[in-house]
Amino acid sequence: MNLREKITLTKDKKLSIYFPAGYPKKDSALELIPRLEKSGIDFIELGMPFSDPMADGPTVQEASTIALNNGMNIEVLFEQVKQVRETSDLPIVLMGYFNPVLQFGIEKFAEFCKSTKIDGVLIPDLPIEVYIQKYKSIFEAAEVPLVFMVTPDVSAERLKLIDQQNSPFIYLVAKSNITGSNTLFGTEDIESNLKSFSERPIETPVVVGFGISDAASFQDATKHFSGGIIGSAFIKSLASESADTFIESLR
Amino acid sequence: MKYSPIADEHGFYGDFGGAFIPEMLRKNVEELKNAFLYYSSEPEFIAEFKALLADYVGRPTPLYYSKNLSEKLQAGIYLKREDLNHTGAHKVNNTIGQILLAKRMGKKRIIAETGAGQHGVATATVCALMGLECIVYMGAIDIERQKPNVGRMKMLGAEVRAAESGSKTLKDATNEAIRDWLANVDDTFYIIGSVVGPDPYPEMVAYFQSVISDEIKKQLLEKTGKENPDMVVACVGGGSNAAGAFYHFIDSDVQLIAAEAAGRGVDSGQSAATSVLGTIGVIHGSQTLLMQTKDGQIVEPYSISAGLDYPGIGPMHAHLIHSKRVQSIAITDNEALSAGLSFSRLEGIIPALETSHAIAALERLDIQGKTVVLNLSGRGDKDLSTYLKHL
Ligand SMILES: Cc1ncc(COP(=O)(O)O)c(C=O)c1O
Repeated sequence: MNLREKITLTKDKKLSIYFPAGYPKKDSALELIPRLEKSGIDFIELGMPFSDPMADGPTVQEASTIALNNGMNIEVLFEQVKQVRETSDLPIVLMGYFNPVLQFGIEKFAEFCKSTKIDGVLIPDLPIEVYIQKYKSIFEAAEVPLVFMVTPDVSAERLKLIDQQNSPFIYLVAKSNITGSNTLFGTEDIESNLKSFSERPIETPVVVGFGISDAASFQDATKHFSGGIIGSAFIKSLASESADTFIESLR
Repeated sequence: MKYSPIADEHGFYGDFGGAFIPEMLRKNVEELKNAFLYYSSEPEFIAEFKALLADYVGRPTPLYYSKNLSEKLQAGIYLKREDLNHTGAHKVNNTIGQILLAKRMGKKRIIAETGAGQHGVATATVCALMGLECIVYMGAIDIERQKPNVGRMKMLGAEVRAAESGSKTLKDATNEAIRDWLANVDDTFYIIGSVVGPDPYPEMVAYFQSVISDEIKKQLLEKTGKENPDMVVACVGGGSNAAGAFYHFIDSDVQLIAAEAAGRGVDSGQSAATSVLGTIGVIHGSQTLLMQTKDGQIVEPYSISAGLDYPGIGPMHAHLIHSKRVQSIAITDNEALSAGLSFSRLEGIIPALETSHAIAALERLDIQGKTVVLNLSGRGDKDLSTYLKHL
């Protein structure tokens, strides 16, 4: 079963956790991913850290810097994923900025994704047009689906294009902001935007990210959709070693 | 090969450029591109732009035959006096253009990044003029080394916010400005200060700066009977003053020289010589030459000059340098300092430290008997404390 099927198989809201590989320790993912699987997380967004993350707030920036200082890079990340795969089936989506992927080599990256059974790749600063024109054939040959972000006001034409990419899910950013900021889910504005987006004709399941920080915002954010992604709030809980309590508090 | 300051429809100059931005900014960038394409050929917009450049900025700036320097270097050297613009550098040409666009697009809040503080001052100035809120991001290190400009921005009513991440310089100020824009997409206009960033910024900023070479052509014709010099020399941080000075000469046989900052030396590990040290990569929404590690992490640049302390270069320059249309020369801190100090005494003009890199380049070039235009991008008041330490 692929990730898209897993997301749509049952009606319960899927919970995904984002953290950068290499944080807080170089090998943390090896321990964190099985632990998150046990605590009932549905899939992981594993960050490929970048020195200049332009869409990220202080929490992810700092975690990325620490990860890089710990020696994390894409090569090491794939070795870790390979190791994790020996004991865990938790779906993994890789998320990171374009430049490190470009330098790693797009073909090599797609091959490594294939051999480590990566479930999806999200590159926020790679626009879908450039992807289709230059890189789609490479990812398709490796059978690695990409995930694309949308905002609620996305045009019908563009949404259709994104819906046609066979993605595991569409990543909905409820309100444009940097990661870790407080999106006012539940307020009239956001709620009406989300509701009307949920009525748009798409086949791909929708998962909401950016600004979800606790059980209440998770509930409000995912009301009309398949699931939600939590990043900064989880990363903060890692620093205070209360990650398990934090995950428990979400359900 | 034919060269042009105009990008293709997707914002590319050869392999360089484009708009590598998160989806959240796409609508803003598209709106801006449409506004630029529309207004850059609308007579009323152009008339207002030109009137402000004339009466508020003080254009045309003189093209001054630099007698003393010409004698010293045995060439015919003309100085394009962008230092005489209101606010003291070329940066204001661009901020006037962008603020007029912001007005027409109904934006209420203006943000900018700044390195040397010249772009910050130029942005704060036009915001005061138009009555718009202004927030300028500036690296914490640059706030320290360009204090006079911080004071000017505050006096003009702008809020200066320190960028504390990374190398705490221009790159990081740009990151913070982009983050601000992401958080305020509805009401905010981002005035970028150089020919960098996602399409349409590089082409748009070059267009607003093109007044420099437009004037050079006319002034040179008047003074020498010929429109074209043999050579144009300019310093390059992101590359906006160079783009303006090269613009109308790009499709010609005029030699174009870009002086970049070598910092403590190209191989010292403390440098900002992007065209030598850079490889193709993506920074601030644009594919360009970029100083990076083999893993694609951006290298912290270094230059004594805050305006040249940037690990990338505008995509148009990346293309022109890559295809050898533009020749780049890397100038060290010390070369720039001593060129700036001796030029001040030779000509009675104190140049910005950025500009001193271009002046130093003259000594390295074969210019004997040639007609050379040096783009004097800015004045050096902001750099006095640095110069005085080396006097
Ligand atoms: C006087 C002066 N010249 C040059 C520059 C470098 O910028 P650019 O390469 O965009 O002209 C700056 C930037 O702050 C500046 O203040």
